[in-house]
Amino acid sequence: MESPYAIEMLHITKKFPGIIANDDITLQLKKGEIHALLGENGAGKSTLMSVLFGLYQAEEGIIKKDGVEVKINDPNDANDLGIGMVHQHFKLVECFSVLDNIILGVEPTKNGFLQKKEAREKVLALSEKYGLQVDPDAIIEDITVGMQQRTEILKMLYRDNEILIFDEPTAVLTPQEIDELMQIMRNLAAEGKSILFISHKLAEIMAVADRCTVLRKGKYIGTVETKNTTMEQLSAMMVGRNVNFHVDKQPSHPGEVILDVEHMTVASKVHKKDAVKDVSFKVRAGEIVCIAGIDGNGQTELVYGLSGLEPLKSGKLTFKGQDITKASIRKRSTSGMSHIPEDRHKHGLVLDYPLEYNLILQRYFEREFTSAAGFLKRKPIREYANRLIEEYDVRSGQGAITPARSMSGGNQQKAIIAREIDKNPDLLLAVQPTRGLDVGAIESVHKQLVAQRDAGKAVLLVSLELDEVMDVPDRILVMYEGEIVGELDPKKTTQEELGLYMAGAKRDEVKA
Amino acid sequence: MKKFLKNNAVQSLIASLLCIILGLLIGYIVLLFINPDGAWDAILMVLKNFLKSSLAKTRTKLLGATLVRTAPLLMCGLSVLFAYKVGLFNIGAAGQYVAGVCASLYAALAWGWGWLPCILFAVVAGAALGAIVGFLKSYCNVNEVISGIMLNWIALYTTNMILMSQKQQASHYTLKLKGNADQAILPTLGLDKLLKNERASIAIPLAIILAIIVYVVLFRTRFGYELRATGNNRNAAKYAGMAEKRNIILTLVIAGGLAGIGGAMLYLTDIEQWSVTQTSVPGMGFNGIAATFLGGLNPIGTIFSSFFIQHITDGGAFVDTTYYCSQISDLISSIIIYLCGFVLFLKTAINRGIARSEEREALREKALAAQAAQTAKPENVSANEKGGEK
Repeated sequence: MESPYAIEMLHITKKFPGIIANDDITLQLKKGEIHALLGENGAGKSTLMSVLFGLYQAEEGIIKKDGVEVKINDPNDANDLGIGMVHQHFKLVECFSVLDNIILGVEPTKNGFLQKKEAREKVLALSEKYGLQVDPDAIIEDITVGMQQRTEILKMLYRDNEILIFDEPTAVLTPQEIDELMQIMRNLAAEGKSILFISHKLAEIMAVADRCTVLRKGKYIGTVETKNTTMEQLSAMMVGRNVNFHVDKQPSHPGEVILDVEHMTVASKVHKKDAVKDVSFKVRAGEIVCIAGIDGNGQTELVYGLSGLEPLKSGKLTFKGQDITKASIRKRSTSGMSHIPEDRHKHGLVLDYPLEYNLILQRYFEREFTSAAGFLKRKPIREYANRLIEEYDVRSGQGAITPARSMSGGNQQKAIIAREIDKNPDLLLAVQPTRGLDVGAIESVHKQLVAQRDAGKAVLLVSLELDEVMDVPDRILVMYEGEIVGELDPKKTTQEELGLYMAGAKRDEVKA
Repeated sequence: MKKFLKNNAVQSLIASLLCIILGLLIGYIVLLFINPDGAWDAILMVLKNFLKSSLAKTRTKLLGATLVRTAPLLMCGLSVLFAYKVGLFNIGAAGQYVAGVCASLYAALAWGWGWLPCILFAVVAGAALGAIVGFLKSYCNVNEVISGIMLNWIALYTTNMILMSQKQQASHYTLKLKGNADQAILPTLGLDKLLKNERASIAIPLAIILAIIVYVVLFRTRFGYELRATGNNRNAAKYAGMAEKRNIILTLVIAGGLAGIGGAMLYLTDIEQWSVTQTSVPGMGFNGIAATFLGGLNPIGTIFSSFFIQHITDGGAFVDTTYYCSQISDLISSIIIYLCGFVLFLKTAINRGIARSEEREALREKALAAQAAQTAKPENVSANEKGGEK
């Protein structure tokens, strides 16, 4: 009898020194179904997929394809079995055309010369069949993220893959593009492809998946039919308890203007256009203002301009009544600006320094930690670090002397937040402060942001997560292609409306 | 035992020792190929150096000779190390060393300066060369290795040109300090008597003191905190408001100054004269790179590694030239020095080995536990399977 399963991973166990990344996990993907794999960061999804692709060898458990046990030793084996993956970060050659990217690695050749004609025909046929609109001759760097993703999907189809894995495919898309992707996934499944959809967005899973397997902390929690379950149930399975999705907060009482941005323009590092174009807004004491938008619409450069990491091309910044347009990073920091950076490994931490040294990164030069002669005061540093570790619940193997590199992402983030909040700033720049954190940690970060607001501080939050944008701030400013295209009240707007602004489909004239 | 092996300092030490053994082994094999008869004696001679002599007096004298050259090597090592901690590879130490030689000899012979001003002038010369590299790096983003190497040659030929005016009539060597500039010869502090070697001078303790100062500056001060942060993560240093450009320049200035002192420390002992027709950059600065790595990138470790490298270099000079041509000494010591560069590689290998054995151990424990669980309560397993079905 033919097996109903396209691929089965039975009782997979994979360990790393110190942790069990996968503990007896079973995942069965039926032919022609869309199967979601749900779990928080660190739940073991990536490890499981790496095992499927032969990047890791499981210590226990077997993998079956069409009911027959198979051995996957490296990614080539996985390819031969018809398993393909769309990675979260696309693996495309930016300066190549769509067609060149699709055939990359499996180029049809005759006597060593490329035969692009037949490749083009096959690509066009596939794109027709599954409703994947692409222009085969467009250059990757010129096309939208959605189209780049379709290129990735076509890459899998071109290789005749039967099992398609989507690794958090919606993270980079606008709500409208997400809808299109869902439709594409349904088409693919209808044509008999089996789809594994890795995500931690419950709404999407409910909308598109037939079944859902949930992992938590490396353990298998269960597999459910989505039509027999609810979002609340899934979320409880994922985190092990019911999560408060809404941030409890009182109405805000904005006070004086803390940060006044006037006609700010910042040049882009990657292309000739300006990344931030003539942006003006104000942030007041006692309010949380959120800059929303799809990744790459100038938010990063906006923050660089505010924090001093990049110079402004034009415009004026006023902070607490002082002109800080040309002030140094140190000056801005000591005059009351804190910055939780977007990339904690790039900017936030010196990974080879112990935790205690990272906790004083913004204050090491103060008399509290450095003697007049320039020597570090080791005892006060240790005591300060221990206090922060205690107060902000930063967990690590060896306490204050743990190298930052060996800490988990969540605790690294907690350390940065502790450092920046404990500085007692007047303005907190929080850039994607919950990126890569699990639900519990996200909740606690949101609480801290609200607490800062209630203490009369100004908070500027930059976020890509729709839930966060809707729940946390008092005002939303939407950025699209370097401009602020709308100011919204989170209590009055909807995710759909927000999506239209984020995708550039709608815009208002926003006054500063 | 595992914990002991995981200790960073222990790992560095083990890796350094392994490098030395590996270097000796390969050196031995090379000797076997050239002439098997004298190979064993030759390698022993390299290792013995001053210990070869049966006379206690000669031994001390030879030890003294090694120490005299260890001091400048240590300074070059510290120069490379200081820059390396800030994420810069100061291959320009060789040129900065030459600049130090030039400044100290010229000041001594042409202007009749005393030894201390001569040393300080050498610091200035080395630092100036370092500053050029630093400026180019900070403001023009020129790789410090490229500009360093090119400056090495510029420093060499400029030195030849300048010291031309101070050379002996009949040869291409500069004048001896003794008799021409006695005031510039480094004071001996009685070390000459202790080591029975007239060249043994204040340079030896001074180099060690400077190594300790470098250690303190790097690991105990705010300045060192900033420098190491910049070296580990330039972006984070910038984010924290550190003046990274200034720090890069300052680092190379200090590194240049350290190498410059090295130049003065050797030539102000009057142990040798500079040849103004020389066409290669002296190896001292480059050997400093090996000393730094062999010393586990630690100022204190570099004291010992510098001594060892000088020890085998001097030992090589005693290899029996009836079996081997005279270049063999340099060949053997350079093979060993070359392999000293593998310290970091071996350290990673040790770490990987530990991780693997830990993984194996964890597996074995798990297997045992599973076995125990299976025999104890088999119903547990079926319960798990049921979980998989629901």
